[in-house]
Amino acid sequence: MLWRIIKRIIYAFFTLLISASITFYLVYNIPGNVIDVMAAQLSESMGIPFEEAKKIALSYYIGYDPNKPLLERYIDYLANLLRGNLGYSILLKVSVNEVVVQALPWTLFVLSTSLLVSFAIGVMLGLIIAWRRRTVLEPVVTAYASFTDAMPDFVTAMLLYMFLAVRLGWFPMKGAYDEKLTPGLYPAFIFSVLYHATLPILAYVIEHIGFWALLMKGSAASVLEEDFVKAAEARGLPERRLLTAYVGRVAILPVAVMLAIQLGVMLGGSTIIETVFNYPGMGYFFTYATTNLDYGLMQGLFFVIIAGIIIANLIVEIIYPFIDPRARREAAR
Amino acid sequence: MTRIGKRLSNMYYSVIRPILKNRRAFIGFTILMGFVIMATIGPLVVPLNLKTDWSKRFKPPSLEHPLGTDYGGRDIFQQIVHGSRDVLLIAALSALFAILMAVTIGITSGLLGGVVDVILTGITDIFLTIPSFPVMMTIAAVLRVRDPFSFAALISVWMWAGLARSIRTEVASLKQKEFIEAARLLNLGTFHIVFRELMPIIMPYIAINFITMMRAAITASVGIMFLGVVPFKITHWGVMLNMAMFQYGAVYVPEGVHYALAPLMCIVLLEYGAVNLSHGLEEIFNPRLKTYE
Repeated sequence: MLWRIIKRIIYAFFTLLISASITFYLVYNIPGNVIDVMAAQLSESMGIPFEEAKKIALSYYIGYDPNKPLLERYIDYLANLLRGNLGYSILLKVSVNEVVVQALPWTLFVLSTSLLVSFAIGVMLGLIIAWRRRTVLEPVVTAYASFTDAMPDFVTAMLLYMFLAVRLGWFPMKGAYDEKLTPGLYPAFIFSVLYHATLPILAYVIEHIGFWALLMKGSAASVLEEDFVKAAEARGLPERRLLTAYVGRVAILPVAVMLAIQLGVMLGGSTIIETVFNYPGMGYFFTYATTNLDYGLMQGLFFVIIAGIIIANLIVEIIYPFIDPRARREAAR
Repeated sequence: MTRIGKRLSNMYYSVIRPILKNRRAFIGFTILMGFVIMATIGPLVVPLNLKTDWSKRFKPPSLEHPLGTDYGGRDIFQQIVHGSRDVLLIAALSALFAILMAVTIGITSGLLGGVVDVILTGITDIFLTIPSFPVMMTIAAVLRVRDPFSFAALISVWMWAGLARSIRTEVASLKQKEFIEAARLLNLGTFHIVFRELMPIIMPYIAINFITMMRAAITASVGIMFLGVVPFKITHWGVMLNMAMFQYGAVYVPEGVHYALAPLMCIVLLEYGAVNLSHGLEEIFNPRLKTYE
C-alpha cells in the first residue's frame, strides 16, 4: 500500500519535471529581440546603460544568467520554481505570481461549480437511463451525448456568447464582476459574480453532462447485473432506495475517479472558454500570453496549470483505494 | 476472378456492406465522404476570389453568395470549400502519425515485456497526465508552426498515448494465447507474429481510433487557430472563426453572425459525422478493447 503511494508520487514528480523541462525549453528558445525590447524599455525608464538594463531584464525575465552552461541554467531555473518564483510578465509588467493570485480564484470557482453541477446532473441521468432502459429518456440522453460530443467547446462557447450575451444582452460580455462594485462579501457583489460566471459555467455544463451520463450508465448497468441487487429487489426494497443506496453507491465510485481527469480536460478548455467570455481566469491570461508571445507569463501559467492537474490526479489515485474496496484488493496484488 | 478480385469481394463483405447496413455508420460515412469530396474536388470546381469589396460587406446568403459574404465582401462559401482541404489534411495526418506511434509503442511494450515495458508504460502514463491543449498551444506558438505537416506532427505527439495503452494491454493478453505460442514454436519470426497474427486482431480497433483521433485533431487544430496562436491561410475554418470573434467583430453586429455560423456549423457537422461513424464501426466490429478517453 505504502509502496504504491510512493510509486505514484515518484510518477507525479517525473511528470512535473518533464513539464518543467518543456517550459525550460520554451524559455530557452526566447528570441533575443524580446529581451532587447525589455532592456531598451528599462534603460529608458531607469536611466541606466543598455548593457546593465539587459542584465536586469534577463534576470527578471528568465531568472538565469545566459552565460552559464546549459545544465547550470536548468538547475537555476528549477530552483527558482521551487522557491515559488514563477517569472515576470513583460506585457502586464507584473510578476506571474501576482497574475496567478488574481486569476486562479476565478478559474477555480468556475471550474469547481461546473464540475459539480455537470457531475450531479450527469450521474443522475445515467443512473435513471441504466435502470429504465425502455423509456424515452434513454435515446434522448444518448443522442444529446453524441451531439455535444461533436460540438467542440469553442462552438458551444461562441454560440452562447453570440446569442445570449451579444444578441439578447441577457448576460455580460466581459469580466468576472461589475467593475463599479468594490469586491466584498455583500449580496450585490456576490450576485454580480454569479451573474458574470453563468455563461462560462453553462458552457462547461452543456459540454460535460453527456460524458458523465454515459459513463454512469455503463457503470450502473454492470452493477445492476450483480446478485446483491437482484436479492435486494427480491426482498421488495422500494425502487428509490434500491437505486440510490444499492446501485448508485457502488456504481458512482469508478465514475468519480474521472473527476480529476475531467478537471484537467476542463482546465485545458478554459483557455478557450474564458477567452470567448473575456473572463479573467488562468485560461484567459494563458491565451493572452501565448498569442502575444509573452514568454515569461506563458511559462509561469503553463507550469501552474500542469502542476494543478498532476496534483489533482495524484490525490485521486492515492485516496481512491481507501474509498473503493475493489481497488484496494487490486492495489494489494 | 483473380486474387485481387477475391480481395475486393472480401473487403466488400467485411467492411463496406456492414457500413451500409449499420444506420449510424452509414450516416457518418456519408457525411465524411461529403466533406472529403468537398476537400478534394471542391477547390478545383469552386473558384476562390479573395479580393475585398467593401460595398458587399456582410451580405446575407443569396443565390450569388450561398453563405453570404464576410467583413471584406468576400464569398464565404468559397472560403469554406477551400479551407476544408487543410482542416481535413491536418486531421488525417495527425490521426495517421498518432496511430503509427501508438501501434509501434503499444506492440513493442506488450510483446517484449520486462524493462522495456516498464519504461514505455511510464512514458505513456506521463503523456496521458499532461493536459494536451495548453502544451500544443505553447509549442505551436513558440516554434511558429506554420505548415499542415508540422502542425499534424505536433498534435499527434499529444494524442497517441491512450491508444498505445490499450494496444499494450491487448497484446500482452494475446501473447499468452495458443495461436501465438504455435507461431513461436513453428519459428515464424517476430515479423510474422506482429503483422500476420496480431495486426488483423487489432485492426478494427485501429480503424475506429483513426476516426476518433481525426475528430480530436479537428477540435484541437481549429481550437488553436481560433485563439489566433497559429496564423494560417485565411480560408482555414479556425482562422475564419478567429476573425469573426476577435478581429473584425462580426459577432457583435447582427448582419455579421452568418460569418461565424458558417464555419461553426461545418465543424459540428463534420465532427457529428465522425462521431457517428466511429460509434457505428464500434457496433459493427465490437472490439474487445475498451477506449480510454
